[in-house]
Amino acid sequence: MPISIPMPSTPPLTADTSDILRFLTERFGALETSLFRDQTRIVVPESKSLEVLAFLKDSGFDMLVDLTCVDYLEYRDALRRYGLVYLLASTLTNQRLTLRVFVDDPVMNPHAVLSDGPEAADKPMPTVRSAVPLWAAANWLEREVWDLFGVRFLGHPDLRRLVMPDAFTAHPLRKDYPLQGRGERHNFPVLTRDDG
Amino acid sequence: MPIAPSQYDHDVRASDAEFPASDRTRSEDYLWTLNFGPQHPATHTTLRLVLTLDGERVVDALPEMGYLHSGFEKLGEHLTFNQYVTVTDRMNYISPMANNVAWHCAVEKLMGIQLTPRCQYIRTIIAELARISDHLLSNGAVGLDVGAFTFFLYAFYQREVIYDIFETLCGARFTNSYTRVGGVSHDFTPLVVQKIRDFIKTFPKTLADMERLLTRNRIFVDRTKGVGVLSKEAAINGGASGPVARASGVPRDLRKDEPYLAYADFQFQVCCAAAGDCYARYLVRMQEMRESLKIVAQAIENLPAGDIHIGIDQRTSLPTKKQVYSTIEGTISHFELSMANRGFEVPCEESYMGTEAPNGELGFYIVGDGSESAYRARCRPPSLLHFSLFPQLIRGHTLSDVVAVLGSLNIIAAELDR
Amino acid sequence: MALELPENVVVSKLDELANWCRKNSLWPMPFATACCGIELMATGAAKHDLARFGAEVFRFSPRQCDLMIVAGRVVMKMLPVLQRIWLQMHEPKWCISMGACASTGGVFDTYAVVQGIDRFLPVDMYVPGCPPRPEQLIQAIIDLQDKIQREGTITGREFSTVERQLRKRALVESADLLTVDASRNPNIQRAMSDRSAIRRIQTS
Repeated sequence: MPISIPMPSTPPLTADTSDILRFLTERFGALETSLFRDQTRIVVPESKSLEVLAFLKDSGFDMLVDLTCVDYLEYRDALRRYGLVYLLASTLTNQRLTLRVFVDDPVMNPHAVLSDGPEAADKPMPTVRSAVPLWAAANWLEREVWDLFGVRFLGHPDLRRLVMPDAFTAHPLRKDYPLQGRGERHNFPVLTRDDG
Repeated sequence: MPIAPSQYDHDVRASDAEFPASDRTRSEDYLWTLNFGPQHPATHTTLRLVLTLDGERVVDALPEMGYLHSGFEKLGEHLTFNQYVTVTDRMNYISPMANNVAWHCAVEKLMGIQLTPRCQYIRTIIAELARISDHLLSNGAVGLDVGAFTFFLYAFYQREVIYDIFETLCGARFTNSYTRVGGVSHDFTPLVVQKIRDFIKTFPKTLADMERLLTRNRIFVDRTKGVGVLSKEAAINGGASGPVARASGVPRDLRKDEPYLAYADFQFQVCCAAAGDCYARYLVRMQEMRESLKIVAQAIENLPAGDIHIGIDQRTSLPTKKQVYSTIEGTISHFELSMANRGFEVPCEESYMGTEAPNGELGFYIVGDGSESAYRARCRPPSLLHFSLFPQLIRGHTLSDVVAVLGSLNIIAAELDR
Repeated sequence: MALELPENVVVSKLDELANWCRKNSLWPMPFATACCGIELMATGAAKHDLARFGAEVFRFSPRQCDLMIVAGRVVMKMLPVLQRIWLQMHEPKWCISMGACASTGGVFDTYAVVQGIDRFLPVDMYVPGCPPRPEQLIQAIIDLQDKIQREGTITGREFSTVERQLRKRALVESADLLTVDASRNPNIQRAMSDRSAIRRIQTS
């Protein structure tokens, strides 16, 4: 006779990745998963991304290894432009998991040059909720994604540029920004021997 | 023509959440701001710290980076895999071999290539020599910043011996660009093996000399014990890895947890400490050098014979001249790899490979798009996360401790900024 | 009628004497940013000793140095800092651009790296290499010492000569192309067309 056992809200720590996926799909519905070279990847829509991350953190993925972004503008057969990648690891069970969240530019005008422009709050930018409440490591990683790709993180305590100068206006790692830049690198005064 | 200072001052703004209300300086006039600028001998190249001080005590620190950001990741989209290894050299430039190994292991994971045993052993040996070289400079810099110049010179002399080994192997002292997809560029010659054996014999004595100088030195211990304590939870939550995390009690070492290359064949121990202060990090690095030497000793005695490149039918490594002239497979491979507009096929997939670099978990997330150059080559730098932990390590300590803590975190600006 | 001089009296031009003093006690200000900085440290360490040539003290304060060695790539965020330090150094001062990145931008022809600090600073000596060996740096210091001995004056008049004020011809031409679009760069064009060609081969 089947007995109904209430499912625990978080899976036990010794579960392997397939168990975690099972708990995830039970809790959040069907998620697109794939396996490549012993890495499990899950695609999560932005509306659920923070909840899924919180669930995974409680399940034992205590370390955020990396948080990065890929601009799929020139990728063959790509449907969405920005793919945020969250690499999670568990120091207790040595598992790894890759989470992907896809976002798009809000203004889908193919003729707009979206890679530069003032960083005004009213400028529409792709937006994702910030993972800083979960992992402190996300703080600087999200700042870097904002700096180089222009993906805004809601709820980030201090979202400003990390690697580029504050006065820089573009987001350099986007595919429509050229490798050599647009002349910013040589826009400085020249010192001669007279000025010494 | 005088240059107005306002052109160069960065407008450093910090929001409320980073500095809680009790630390805000607006109402407290006795707190002053010191710019520990990008050009400073103790900042290990280009980092910037804006310190808020109460006399000599640090109330808060705002780290700023980006003074060496060179667009490595964007370059990765335009260079092929074998060309980009030259750029990875220039990331953690005190152990470039480790970066080369990490990059090519990541590429080979994406392509699904299995290396020959000899190549795995060779890469393990050079990665461990790079680890010794890195820890020597890291601890040497801690010693130098604290005031021990002789220790630094001893460390540099041993690094010259390692440079000599690398130069005999592939011609370059550092920035070697030694690995290739599916192999390495030069095989070990008997002279290289002899030099490594001599190094294994002479290094322990120098390490003992160096330890005698600092490990029980009252001044050094007073300056580093209890300074910059990183708790285990903060280390894990902050993404710390490598010696910084292991000195805080996180027993995570990718060589043991996710063995790659030939690490599963060797016996060595993972060095951990519980204190999490600068002294613990120094001790962990010193002990790790001994463990690395053990790995090199085991590997060099058991080096398998054979080819260092994978088979030519996989179309990734350049075949030897003999193969090109005498076999049809060799000719085809050579044509495929050398002609423009051809080259090896890479799956249109994404993968991540993390390796245990001397500084922590160095990983590359590579997105392939079918061509010989990556679509996106992301480097996961351990130094970035360590530097973001710096404010919590330094609060409450004095100005002189800033130098000790910064040195013990081993932040390499090129890896930090890429 | 020759003048008999005792052994401990030396006659010389004031300029030559000043040059000899200055060249043999060049105190470097190491502006080490990247990998060349490690080779700079190795040059100062025990095996290749820079102190033999008078460059004993690596003072990190620009007020106390007369030779700035820019070792490593300079990015646009760092360039104002570099210029400020150059302005803080006292005359007479010289500059060595060590490595390919400081001289021309090196491997990094990217949006962030200055393609040669001589676009924005007066440079006296270039050391090629990536990174240059310590022996190369020592040779550069020796060559700089020769240059100081040849051209120096006690009042620093040589810094005001016309040759020193001229902008380098190569830089003047390329500095006009302030907007370099990657799509016009033939190398990038070829690389982009190759990749699309490969994709076409695979989809067919």
